[in-house]
Amino acid sequence: MSCWETIADYAFRSLGFGERLLPRTDFTVCQQFTLIGSGMLWNIYFGAVALVSGFVLATAVALGKASAHPLLRKPSEWFIFVFRGSPLFIQFFFAYFAFLSLKSAYPFFDPFTSAWLGALIVLFLNTAAYSGEIFYGALLSVPKGDLEAADAYGFSGWRKFRRITWPTMLRLAWPAYTNEAIFLFHATALVFFSGFPARQQQGDALYYANYFADKTFNPFVPYPILAFYFILLTLAIIGLFGLVNRRLNRHLPQGTRPRMRLRPQIVR
Amino acid sequence: MFAFCTDPETLNRAAWMACYLTTGKHVAFYGAFGTVLLLLAVTAPTALAFGFLGAVAARSRLWLVSGIGRVYIALVRGVPDIAFFLFFVIALDQAFEWLRHQVKCPDWDQPIRQGSDFVVCAAAKLPLSTAPQWMHEVYGFLLAVVTFAIVFGAFAANVLFGAMRAVPRAQIETAEAYGMTARQTFWRILVPQMWVYALPGLSNLWMVLIKATPLLFLLGVEDIVYWARDLGGTKTPQFTAYPHGDWRMWYFLALLVFYLGFTRVSEIVLSRLMVRLTHGQATLAGEAQRKAAA
Repeated sequence: MSCWETIADYAFRSLGFGERLLPRTDFTVCQQFTLIGSGMLWNIYFGAVALVSGFVLATAVALGKASAHPLLRKPSEWFIFVFRGSPLFIQFFFAYFAFLSLKSAYPFFDPFTSAWLGALIVLFLNTAAYSGEIFYGALLSVPKGDLEAADAYGFSGWRKFRRITWPTMLRLAWPAYTNEAIFLFHATALVFFSGFPARQQQGDALYYANYFADKTFNPFVPYPILAFYFILLTLAIIGLFGLVNRRLNRHLPQGTRPRMRLRPQIVR
Repeated sequence: MFAFCTDPETLNRAAWMACYLTTGKHVAFYGAFGTVLLLLAVTAPTALAFGFLGAVAARSRLWLVSGIGRVYIALVRGVPDIAFFLFFVIALDQAFEWLRHQVKCPDWDQPIRQGSDFVVCAAAKLPLSTAPQWMHEVYGFLLAVVTFAIVFGAFAANVLFGAMRAVPRAQIETAEAYGMTARQTFWRILVPQMWVYALPGLSNLWMVLIKATPLLFLLGVEDIVYWARDLGGTKTPQFTAYPHGDWRMWYFLALLVFYLGFTRVSEIVLSRLMVRLTHGQATLAGEAQRKAAA
């Protein structure tokens, strides 16, 4: 079987299209490349949807934590504390079993026990908490002068937030937020190892890499392939976020523009 | 455990709970928390040592050594840590067995990789197939420790590499002006001063390390996640004196609370340590402390 046929059979295997049976013997490098790449679709799906939806909640949480009103501040603080203080792995397990219990009482929760929704919700809340903390820190370091200038120009309320505070907050938070995005995509690899079942062997990249490593008992082929894909993904994120960073900083004089570094801080 | 536990069916709720939570399996579950703490206690210094070596290698003037250090630091950044865990557990095991195989059975003529099998001679097996069960468990745990140390060593190397660069250049130049050798400058000036720059990164890393400990489960160690799944599952009266429904959710809630408490305590301790280390340093925070005291 040529490599093109393998790609045609397995490129969308992770989504349930193409050949149903996974290869069982005579594994080729082409098969491993195709299937692990096919699994990456799940990682990209989880990461991208959680990132975009989490961004909105993160902004709200950051504003809540910076608010003077305890009814807004306390819930935000607790939300950030709970999701940043506990391991994502345990959160996945807890959410899965919680949804499982709910499902037995209310059939409405049926889709929540599958990864595409249940795990997505956990990732969404998790990244919202981490980014919320980043945005909160940035919000506190918005220069006072900028806000006073906004007042002087007659900005107030929503317009001041939308035009002055929010863009500045984003600009300051962006390098750290890029780092968070990279970590979020890496965290998506946990999904199918933490309770959520991979129905009909439709799993993510790590699921297939693990499958091949188990079957061939040779970790030296599938995991480097996985690493290759993830490094590619990481570079793509850095590139994409670098473009946004350029736009956020376009009003600054050339010399003082913060450049995106290819080696950002790595710890979440 | 308690004397009144002989017939659980006759007990009221509180007594039933007391008996249930002290069964032999539950005691093993509580012991697994010790495994987590032990892992942290062993891994943290090992990872720090790996990180120190990595950072020193990356700073080396020899391009080969520096290249190895930089690749080590960079690789872990691009790839999810869980992938490394799954990889190293098999890879290290096979590497150890392969090495022992080369030493112990030099006249073995068959290939080691036969299709999907990894075959070494019986004397090279790790641990030996005749070894008692606890040897297997200890070996599994050691593999996990080395894996954690390699992965978190790379993170630590990145932090220490940055911290070494953050030490003011003037300090190094002064040391050189006093005639210190490169070795003296490194040990007497650079290393003592870098910790204050490294601590924020290292405390962050400690938090990440704590939150990575449940991944032990994936490495085949019987840790708290293993027991929580095992104990929480539905139990029918045929197999146990304490039948109950699916309680896994509550067990994982307990783990969640355990980790929340653990990270919170660490946070408080680390912030105190930071205050200590900042004392007398030529940084903004150190200056603020001096002014507050005066």
